[in-house]
Amino acid sequence: MEPTALTRHGSGAGEGPAVALRSMYAMMLRIRLFEERVADLVEAGEIKTPCHLYIGQEAIAVGVCAALEPHDSVWGGHRSHGHYLAKGGDLRALMAEMYGKVTGCSRGRGGSMHLIAPSVGIFGTVPLVAATVPLAVGAGLASKLRGDHLVSVPFFGDGAVEEGHVHESLNLAAVYHLPVVFVCENNLYASHMHLLERRAQDNIFKIAEAHGLPGTVLDGNDLSAVHHAAVEAVARARAGGGPSLLECRTFRWRGHVGAAWDMDVGVKRRDELQDWLPKDPVARTRATVLRAGASEDDLDRIGRDLRAEIDDAVEFARRSPYPAAAEMQAHVFVSRPEVP
Amino acid sequence: MRELTYAEAIREAHAQLLDRDPRVFVIGQGLWSPWYAGSSLQGLEKQFGRDRVIDCPVSENATTGAAVGAALTGMRPIVFHPRMDFMLLAVDPIVNQAANWSYLFAGQASVPMVIRAVINRGGEQGAQHSQALQAFFMHVPGLKVVMPATPYDAKGLLIAAVEDGNPVMYIDDRWLYSRAGSVPEEMYTVPIGRGMVVREGADVTVVATSYMAALASQAGRTLASEGIDVELIDLRSIKPWDQDLVCTSVRKTGRLVVADGAWATGGVAGEVAATVGAEVFRDLKAPIVRVTLPDTPAPMSAALERAYYPTDETIAAAVRGVWSSAS
Repeated sequence: MEPTALTRHGSGAGEGPAVALRSMYAMMLRIRLFEERVADLVEAGEIKTPCHLYIGQEAIAVGVCAALEPHDSVWGGHRSHGHYLAKGGDLRALMAEMYGKVTGCSRGRGGSMHLIAPSVGIFGTVPLVAATVPLAVGAGLASKLRGDHLVSVPFFGDGAVEEGHVHESLNLAAVYHLPVVFVCENNLYASHMHLLERRAQDNIFKIAEAHGLPGTVLDGNDLSAVHHAAVEAVARARAGGGPSLLECRTFRWRGHVGAAWDMDVGVKRRDELQDWLPKDPVARTRATVLRAGASEDDLDRIGRDLRAEIDDAVEFARRSPYPAAAEMQAHVFVSRPEVP
Repeated sequence: MRELTYAEAIREAHAQLLDRDPRVFVIGQGLWSPWYAGSSLQGLEKQFGRDRVIDCPVSENATTGAAVGAALTGMRPIVFHPRMDFMLLAVDPIVNQAANWSYLFAGQASVPMVIRAVINRGGEQGAQHSQALQAFFMHVPGLKVVMPATPYDAKGLLIAAVEDGNPVMYIDDRWLYSRAGSVPEEMYTVPIGRGMVVREGADVTVVATSYMAALASQAGRTLASEGIDVELIDLRSIKPWDQDLVCTSVRKTGRLVVADGAWATGGVAGEVAATVGAEVFRDLKAPIVRVTLPDTPAPMSAALERAYYPTDETIAAAVRGVWSSAS
């Protein structure tokens, strides 16, 4: 399993499409199995940091990140384990962060909701809804000022579209013609509230046009659809063609936070979930990979290897030390000379 | 030495920073209009181009957030808010994001940005065009806050803020813009966190911020003619602030007046007073007195404005009170 192969070869340039597809499937499964293990550990009381699980949405992170280069940036929110892994973040460091250990990607300062991996273009995911959308626009602005053609991708949910951040950011990116691909993962719920309890119209993709950039709605559980749309949007942004918005329709299987399936306060989602379970993006992608010629044995082996890797990560997290109490006040500021 | 006005000193610092470092850019409302920034940014867009001196949509939140994102990806932005009041629409990127980033990620990423906030009041502008909100931001771990009072410090603190590597809020006051003073032509820094003894004295310590430091200077001259020898400290930085300098002075004089041009409750003056009360209690010869705005929004009518804003005489009266109540 080579996660970084994904970020190197978006649409499979230099390797066959079947190989790229298999890599994307492996990454989706990596996220699924990681999240399922986290859910178990949350239920067991071993992981205590609030976890917002990505199960059911894997095709979006993977399809988009596979269209990016290593130094392109992605920006996330409270539900970003999938973004972190799909962009090539280290799985052991992610698991250790769930435990609040000093070996975690944020060295025990962040927990589930604050992840970072600068070497693969993740400069911070944070849970204030929509907060990183303008930050991603800033990364696009930096790219334009430097002329380095790096693309930035903010991932945000349908709830974020209710924040002014998103509308200001869409306009800013459009008016400055910045290389930003806005990815709205519309999973139909913001916490316990359905989209139509929060919006007069189900038309998120249309906000793009009003701000002067192209907007597309697509099946976010269809890896190929997501990936092809992302490849096109990223290429356009990188070539100086400006920003665009992808609204990816999907559904989160678990509650807003925690491991439960349908126990969110006031939410009766059972019927909806029954509609969405057959649209499982991981199972659909597996079927596609098999049709493309992969063997069941090969794909089963991917699963076994991933489980072993996750077992190892849990053991690594368990035996890692906590941050020292003496470090509690460290890093409020960085101290480094910045004189050119 | 050559003299510049406070506004010219700010402009010169911007120009030299833009000239020296391609990572530096300026973004904010009114950058292409002298209306918003006085002469403090005049003509910069002609000198450095509109790509790097960016006038922007009326989007305080997104432009400030964009500056955070640009800083995280290698740039050195200066985001400009022509009024501090308007900057409140950008509190999420400043307080939740920029100020927390280094701590959240254990120093693996930082936000080297300057947030320039202008206090612009008086002239019957009323409550939403007058506020001095330094105490809000001083409260937040992870933010540094500077308030230059002189042309020399206006230039040196801006350069220090850009070089600092952390989010620094730089607060300048339009009432200081036309004041002139000596400013070296070359680039230099004024250390963040260090105050300055503007005037040495033995009787009463006056600690002042920004425009209040200018008023306190005048008050010091008046009081000297009355035989009260004031030691005036211009705080210059309010987060971190120079506790050693202030405490050393109060140990000497035993008396303290703190003047800050913002509201009393939860303010800079209260913070200084509390620290001095804890650190220098046994040397105090009189209660500490604050000179601040009343806990009232800024009024509009000039008649009320005159009653609202402290003057040099307000500070002088406070010093006389502390002096006469001395044990």
